[in-house]
Amino acid sequence: MSSEDRRLDGNAIGGLLLELFGLELTAAMSICRSCGSEEQVARLHVYADAPGVVVRCCHCERVMMRIVRAPGRTWLDLSGTGSLELRELD
Amino acid sequence: MAGAAVLGRLTWLAADVIGAAAETPRVRTLRLHADEWPGHRAGQHLDVRLTAEDGYQAFRSYSIATAPDDELAITVERLDDGEVSPYLVDELREGDRIEVRGPIGGYFVWDASERGPLLLIGGGSGVVPLMAMIRHRAGTGSSIPARLLYSSRTLEDVIYRGELDELAARQDGFELFHTLTRSQPEGWAGYGRRIDAEMLREVAWPAADEPQVFVCGSTRFVDTAADGLVAIGYEPQSVKTERFGATG
Repeated sequence: MSSEDRRLDGNAIGGLLLELFGLELTAAMSICRSCGSEEQVARLHVYADAPGVVVRCCHCERVMMRIVRAPGRTWLDLSGTGSLELRELD
Repeated sequence: MAGAAVLGRLTWLAADVIGAAAETPRVRTLRLHADEWPGHRAGQHLDVRLTAEDGYQAFRSYSIATAPDDELAITVERLDDGEVSPYLVDELREGDRIEVRGPIGGYFVWDASERGPLLLIGGGSGVVPLMAMIRHRAGTGSSIPARLLYSSRTLEDVIYRGELDELAARQDGFELFHTLTRSQPEGWAGYGRRIDAEMLREVAWPAADEPQVFVCGSTRFVDTAADGLVAIGYEPQSVKTERFGATG
C-alpha cells in the first residue's frame, strides 16, 4: 500500500486523544511549529499503522505529534505542535 | 465548560447487540444498547473493542448510523483480510455483547439547527456518518436543502438504498445523486464513473451559497472530492472531511 493510501486524518485519533486528555480534540485548532499553519486537528495527516501514531502538518508534512503506547504507559511528543486551542462546547 | 461531562475519562462500555440487518452482501448494521451511553451527534463515531479468549484485544472505529434521537447503531463493511470487521459482519448475533467507547469527534458533526444548504459526498461505507445527518434532518422535520452524492461500485453495493429512495421521493428538499463506478444496470439514469470536478459542478451548489460540506470515504475518494470542490471554487477550510482506513 502506498503512503498516500495509508494516510488518514485527525478524526481517526479522536478516541485516542479523548482517552489521553479527557477532551474532544478533533475540533481543536492546532498550529504547526514548522510552518505556522492553523488547522483543526481533524484535518491533520495521520499515520496510525506504524508502531505508534504519527501526526503530520497537512501543509508542510512536518511531524506535529508522535504518540506511542505500551502496556501501562504512553509516550507523547508534541514538540512539532506550536499550540492547541480548545473551544468550549456550546 | 461542563466540568464533569467534559473531563470524564473515556471508558469502555458493555454493549448488547439488540438487532442485526444486512444492508448489502458485505455490509451489516448492528443495533446496540449500552446502559451508560451518553448519546451522540450526527457524524460522530465510536470505537468497538473485541477481546479474544486468550486476552488479545483489537479495536476499530465505526461511524454511528443513526440520528441523535434514535437508538444507537453502527454500519460495518467487511474487509476480507480485516481483524474485526469479518467478525462484526458475519459472526456477531443478536444477544451477543461487545465493548464500545464514545461518542468520538467534534469536527465531522452536523446539527439540524445549523444553517444550510447541506452537501454530503460519500464513497462506499463513507455514507454511514452522512446517513446519520440525513436521518437527523428527516427526523427533525428540517427543510434545509440537502444533496447526497453517493459513489458505489455497483447497485448491489448501495447501502441504505431503499431508505434513501424513500427519503428522496418525499421531495422535501433532499436530493439523491448516485454514481456507480464498476457496473451500471441497463437503463441506469445516474452517473457511471468515478467522482470528478465536472460531476461536482453539476451536483454541488455554487460555492457562493456557502453550503455545509461533509465528505467521507477512502483517502483517495476524499482527496479527489475535496480537490474537485476546491477546483470549482470552494474554500478548502469549508470542506469537512473524514477518511476511512483500509484496516478493518
